[in-house]
Amino acid sequence: MSVSQEGTRSPRSSYRWQRLFNRLKGYAVSPLYLITGVSLLFLAYTVLLPLWEILKQSLQWTASDARRVEGAVSGEFTLHHWIRVVSSEISQSLLYEPLLNSVNISIWVSALSMIIGGVLAWLTTKTNLPFKKTLVFLAIIPYMLPSWITSFAWISVFKNDRIGGSQGIVQMLFGIQPPDWVSYGFLPIVICLSLNYFTFFFLLISVTLGSINTSLEETASLLGASRFTVLRKVTFPLVMPAILSAFILTFSKALGSFGVPAFLGLPIKYYTIATMLHGSMQNRMVSESYILSLILLLVCASTIYMNQRMIGRRKSYATVGGKDSRKVLFDLGRWKWPVAIAVLCFMVGIAIVPMLILVLQSFMLAEGDFSWSNFTLHFWTGQSNPRIASGEVGVLVNNSIGQALGNSLHIALVASAVASVVGLLFGYIIVKRRNSLSSRLIEQVSFLPYLIPGIALSAIYLSMFAKPTMFLPALYGTMTLIILISIVNELPFATRSGASTMYQIGGELEEAAQMQGASWFKRFIRILLPLCHKGLFGSFLLLFISVMKELDLIILLVTPQTGTLTTLIYKYAEQGFQQYANAIMVIIVAIILVMYFLASKLGKADLTKGIGG
Amino acid sequence: MNLIELKQINKQFAGQPILKNIDLVVEEGDFMTFLGPSGCGKTTTLRVIAGLENPEGGIVRIGGTTVADGDKLQFVPPAKRGLNLVFQNYALWPHMTVMENVAFGLQMKKLPKPEIRAKVEATLGKLHILDYKDRYPSELSGGQQQRVAIARAIVTEPRILLLDEPLSNLDAKLRVEMRSELKRLHRELNTTVIYVTHDQSEALTLSTKVAVFSEGSLLQVDTPRNLYRRPRHVKIADFIGNPKINLLSASYSQENEGTGSTRIDSPLGSISLQDLIPPGKGKVTLAVRPEDMTISHEPTAQAAPFQIYAVLPAGSETLIQLQSGDTGLLVKEIGEQDYVLDSTVWLNIDPRKLLVYDGESGELLSL
Repeated sequence: MSVSQEGTRSPRSSYRWQRLFNRLKGYAVSPLYLITGVSLLFLAYTVLLPLWEILKQSLQWTASDARRVEGAVSGEFTLHHWIRVVSSEISQSLLYEPLLNSVNISIWVSALSMIIGGVLAWLTTKTNLPFKKTLVFLAIIPYMLPSWITSFAWISVFKNDRIGGSQGIVQMLFGIQPPDWVSYGFLPIVICLSLNYFTFFFLLISVTLGSINTSLEETASLLGASRFTVLRKVTFPLVMPAILSAFILTFSKALGSFGVPAFLGLPIKYYTIATMLHGSMQNRMVSESYILSLILLLVCASTIYMNQRMIGRRKSYATVGGKDSRKVLFDLGRWKWPVAIAVLCFMVGIAIVPMLILVLQSFMLAEGDFSWSNFTLHFWTGQSNPRIASGEVGVLVNNSIGQALGNSLHIALVASAVASVVGLLFGYIIVKRRNSLSSRLIEQVSFLPYLIPGIALSAIYLSMFAKPTMFLPALYGTMTLIILISIVNELPFATRSGASTMYQIGGELEEAAQMQGASWFKRFIRILLPLCHKGLFGSFLLLFISVMKELDLIILLVTPQTGTLTTLIYKYAEQGFQQYANAIMVIIVAIILVMYFLASKLGKADLTKGIGG
Repeated sequence: MNLIELKQINKQFAGQPILKNIDLVVEEGDFMTFLGPSGCGKTTTLRVIAGLENPEGGIVRIGGTTVADGDKLQFVPPAKRGLNLVFQNYALWPHMTVMENVAFGLQMKKLPKPEIRAKVEATLGKLHILDYKDRYPSELSGGQQQRVAIARAIVTEPRILLLDEPLSNLDAKLRVEMRSELKRLHRELNTTVIYVTHDQSEALTLSTKVAVFSEGSLLQVDTPRNLYRRPRHVKIADFIGNPKINLLSASYSQENEGTGSTRIDSPLGSISLQDLIPPGKGKVTLAVRPEDMTISHEPTAQAAPFQIYAVLPAGSETLIQLQSGDTGLLVKEIGEQDYVLDSTVWLNIDPRKLLVYDGESGELLSL
C-alpha cells in the first residue's frame, strides 16, 4: 500500500508548477468561478467596505471639527466623537434615552406581534375557524403596505388639538380630548408597529404549523396528554425555531424603523435611536450619527447572535415534514362563530379601516370636520389656493408629485429588476457550489443588509458616496445611489428567493446541456432562465412592492430632484399638510395592490419565501 | 482496442475518499456495466469519465487521448470527449418539446436546420417515439421520457454512450422491455456503452463485461458468466445471484502430505477436494449456489442430513429452505416440488461447484 502511495505522490510533486498553472487557468476560464469572484467583489464593495468606512470615519476628526475644536487636525485619529456620544453631557439625550426607548419599543412590539401573529396562525391552520382564506389575505395586507400607514390613521383618529393643531375623530365624535400618551409616543408607536410586524410571526408560524405532521400531536394525545399539554410539550417546541426567527426579524425591524417613530414620536420629542440618527444627520453631527448607526447595528447583531445561539441545532427540525397526512382540526365548538366574528372585525379594523380613514381624510378640507360642505376634491385636483396649505395644488395636477411618481417607479423598476437577477445569480452560486467557502460567504454576506437597519445603511452610503470612492464617482444626489442602496437592501430577500428557485431546478438539467456542448452563457439563457422565469418574475414583483414603500432607507439620501412618493409624504407630513400626505399614500397603496395582484396572478410569488428566518 | 483507460483514479469529497486507485480498461464495442450498492463509487466513476467530475489523481484516456489528468489538473470539457450521458432522472428540459430536447446538441454543433431535422426524426423513429415529437416531457409516460433521454444522447452519434441507472425509475414490466431495447440499440449503433446499475440481474443480462465496485474500489472486472460462476471475492459472491448464494463458515486442512487432497469440515459434513484449492489450512467460507445442490430422500455417501424448514414454490421453480442445527441453506429445484415439513432429507453437492474463500481476506481460494 505504501508503495502505491509513493507512486502517486511523486509525479504530483514534479508537476507542481504545471498543476498551479492549470488550476489558475481553470479558475480564469470557468464562468462559475468568474461569477463567484465578481459577486464576492460586489458584496465586499457594497456591504463590507461601507461598514469599514463608517467605522473609520467615526474615529477621525472631520474638516468642520478642525475649525471648531482646538488641536483637531482633519483626518487624524481621535476618540472624540465616541466619547461625545457615549459619555458626555449630551449622551443622555443623544444616545441612552433614545436607545432605551428603541429597545423598549422593540421588545414590546416583538411580544405583541408574537401574540397576535401566533394566535392568528394557530386559528387559521389548526382549528375549524370559518373564513380562513379571507383572514389570511387580510393578514398579509399590512405586510404589503408601508408600515407608517397605520400611524397616519392613528393620528387622524386619536389626535388631540393641544399638540396636533386640530382635533381627531375621537375628540370630534365624543368630545373627549385624548391624553398625549394615547395620541403620541410609546403606546401608539408600539401598537402601530405591532399591527404591521405581526405578519412575520403569522407567516412563519403558519408555515411551520402547517408542516407539522398531525400524527406527532395525536401520538401525544394517545399517550394521555391533555390538549393543553400537547400544545405546550409538542406543538410549541416544534414551532419554537420559527418563533425565534420571526422574533429576530421583528426586533431588528422595529429597532431600525424610522417612519412610525418619526410621525408619532417627534411631535412630543419622543426620540428613538433611528429618529435621533436622522436628526443628528440633519444637524450636521455626521460622525455622531455614524456612531449611532454602528451602535444600532451592534444591538441588532447581538440580538441575532443570541437568538442563533438559542436556536442552535434545534433549527434542524424547523421543517418537520414527512408525508402530508390527514389534518385533524381543533374543534372550537360553540366558540367557533364568536371567535370568527371577533377575529374578522379585528383584521378588518387593522387592514382595511386605516386605509379608508386615509382615503376619507384626503377628501376633507379641514381635518375632523365631518359636515358635508367640508368635503372637497381640492387635495386631489385643486388649483393653487393661498388660503389652503400655502398654495399647494392637488396631487393629481402637481408637477412635483409627477416627478416623485416618476422617480419612485424608476427606482423601483430598476432596483427590483437588477436585484432579482443578481439574487438569481447568487442563488445559482449558492446551490451550485454548495458547501464551498465562496458559497457560504455569498450566502452570509448577502444576508448582512438584513441586519443593518435601513437608516443606518443609508448613513453609511451617505458618507461613502459623498466623494468619489474607488471606481465610482461621487454618487450623492443621483438616482444611481438610491437605486444602488435599494438593490443592496433587497439582496437578502432576492438571494433567498433566487436560491430557492435554483434549488428546484435539478443540477442534471444543466449538466445535460453541458454534455451537449452548450457554453455556460448558453446554458443560462436557454435552460436556467426559461426554467426559473416564474420564480424570477415573482421575486421581481415582490421586490418592486418592497422598494416602492421604502422610506427609512432613502430618507437621508434624497435631494429635491431624486425625491420619491414616500419622501414627499414625509415632507408633507412634516409640514402638517396631512391631507396631501394621505392622498399620495392612497396612490402608493393603489400601485402596490396592482403589483401584488399581478404578482399572484402571473408569477409564483410567495410572500412567505421572502421572510424565512 | 482499448477505447477507455482509467489509471489510478482517485477522488475525494470533503476529505472522504470516494474512488481509490481505480484501474479499468473498456474495449471498443463493450457493453460494460458498473455494478455495486449505492455509494460504492460507480456513478462517480461514470461522471469522471464523462468529465462532470474531475479526479484529484490519475489519468483518463479516451481513444488514446488523455482527457483528464488529475496529476497535472488538465481536463478536457465533457462535450469534447466524444461521449454522451443519459441521466438517472432523464434530465429532460421541461420547457422544450421532444423535438427541441433532442435537437439541442445538434444546434450547439451549429448543424444546418434541415440536417438537424432529419437526424432528430431518424433517431426518434429508431426509438419509436416519432409520434410524440411535439409533446412536452410532462405529457409523456416514464418509458417515453426514457426513450427521449436516450434519443437526445445518441443523436450526436457519440463513440461512447454512458447510462446512469437509466431503468431505475421504470416499473418492473417496462424495465424488462427496455432491457432488450437497450441490447438491440447497442448492436445497432455500434457504440461502446457504459451502464451503471445496482441491479445485478440487469448487469448479468445486458453486459458483455461487468465491473463490480465496493467502497470506492474495483473488486472484479469480468464477463457476466465468470462473475456468476467464479466471483473472486466473497462480497461479490454474496452480491451476485438471486436467490442468494449460500455462505457457510468452515475450516480446511491437508488430508495427506503431497497428494493435493484437502479436507473441508463444515455443517455439510466433511468434504474432500482433490486439486481444487491450494494447500494450506485455517478458516474458510464455503459458497454454493442454491441450484448446485440436489436433495435426495435416501441417505447417500458424503451427503449431509437436513430438515425441511420451509417450501417456497414460485411457479417455474421451487425454493426449499433446509435447516440443520444453526445452519440454514437454500436449495433451488426446477418445477413444482413438494416436501413434508420437518422431514429429514440428504443433500448432495458436487465438490467442483463448491467455491472456497479465505476466511480472513475473503479472496477466492478455489483454483
